Amino acid sequence: MDAEVTLKVDGTEHTFVVDTRTTLLDALRERLGKTSPKKGCDHGQCGACTVLLDGRRANSCLTLAVAYDGSEIVTAEGLAVPGELHPMQRAFVEHDGYQCGYCTPGQIVSAIGMLQEAEAGWPSHVTEDLNVEEITLDDDEIRERMSGNLCRCAAYANIVPAIREVSGR
Amino acid sequence: MRPYSYVRADDVEGAIATLSGAPDAAFLAGGTNLVDLMKLGVETPEVLVDVRRLTSERVEDLEDGGLRIGAAVPNSVLAADRKVRTGYPVLSQALLAGASGQLRNVATTGGNLLQRTRCVYFYDTTTPCNKREPGSGCSAIEGHNKNHAILGGSEHCVATHPSDMAVAMAALDAFVNVRGPEGGRRIPIEDLHRLPGDGPQHDTVLEHGELITSVDLPPPGFLSNSKYRKVRERASYAFALVSVAAALDVQDGVVRDVRIALGGVAHKPWRATKAEEALRGEPAGEENFRAAADIELESAEPLQDNAFKVPLARNVITRTLLELSEGR
Repeated sequence: MDAEVTLKVDGTEHTFVVDTRTTLLDALRERLGKTSPKKGCDHGQCGACTVLLDGRRANSCLTLAVAYDGSEIVTAEGLAVPGELHPMQRAFVEHDGYQCGYCTPGQIVSAIGMLQEAEAGWPSHVTEDLNVEEITLDDDEIRERMSGNLCRCAAYANIVPAIREVSGR
Repeated sequence: MRPYSYVRADDVEGAIATLSGAPDAAFLAGGTNLVDLMKLGVETPEVLVDVRRLTSERVEDLEDGGLRIGAAVPNSVLAADRKVRTGYPVLSQALLAGASGQLRNVATTGGNLLQRTRCVYFYDTTTPCNKREPGSGCSAIEGHNKNHAILGGSEHCVATHPSDMAVAMAALDAFVNVRGPEGGRRIPIEDLHRLPGDGPQHDTVLEHGELITSVDLPPPGFLSNSKYRKVRERASYAFALVSVAAALDVQDGVVRDVRIALGGVAHKPWRATKAEEALRGEPAGEENFRAAADIELESAEPLQDNAFKVPLARNVITRTLLELSEGR
């Protein structure tokens, strides 16, 4: 079955027809040429496909494009105007927060979504006091909140300081 | 993935009518589990009825002082809800102990209750599995069963229910509000999920066409003194080997009331009623907590690879109650 969907991706609206089985990840990559979200595991375990979906980080591989008709999506490519870097992208470069780079767009988008969640006061599994008003993002908090993004090169030792630097601003 | 028709109904009634008219139809909410199972060919619906935008996305006060959680409330939003954090910390903690940030943002309250087991044989379509294909046999009973049930299993299935949230809700005596072709009903969460028996293909008592619309929590009372402890093989983002949701009311050193539910040990969130009975009216203390856990676990029937879950469950129950009794 085919269905028409309209998605606003990185600020541009696209209307196109998809097979209803198409995941948001495949629609972005195969139909719109947005290849910064990566297909790693395709089962929601690795986080390489992470996008901001209506403002919140999500695994685009486990969402059906048709179910998000009318939604707004931001990929790593749309975080900053072309030629410039988002502060999180710059921090990953400066801290060498990657090796092969495959997980990097997902890591960066996830980190940005994660900082918004912390800013909103959302606790995590390692937050000592559930009722705390302001979240302090120490390394344990960053690691826990980023556990949905795997890096097979194990660049974690540099990813955590990169995120910490941006969170401190 | 098998082709299917995608339907977005205008309202709950329309969704129920559409689903009821198609025997091979399924509701779709966040889809974090269902879409995955469809990719693997484990779930093969002919019709998907999208209900994500049909049920409430809000947590509302009930007149009796409890809370009503809309079925579409994302797990992340529920965990962060201020009233949940203060009145029912066990629920926030359980949600935060499950999945990843990305998944919690999409997974819904209703969908979390209805997620399927993560038994590897259920996922592997090349192996027999009574839950996936009734009558085909159970590969886990004689197979790799480290993660499987120690309580309430049957000769047909020893899978465990994977939810953390549901274990907390079991300890909270939540009610699940359901709408169906015949109208609405209110199911005590204890009765929502089934033991496998000879019909492990049925995870819950819901009939085809019944839709979870919300979950009600009773007034907090002593439930504000509650906590969730989960033991898993990684520090984060893994399913429970054993988990405990508990709430404790101690006055003058005596257990006035207690709630204990276990995850990772059975086909459903396991309410430890025998342990609770053994503790009510008794002095609070490590010895009694451990004795009560032992009473609950007397009926445990571990498999080849998971006998460790019995002492693990006993220790986690004891430790959790001890911490609650000490106000930790």
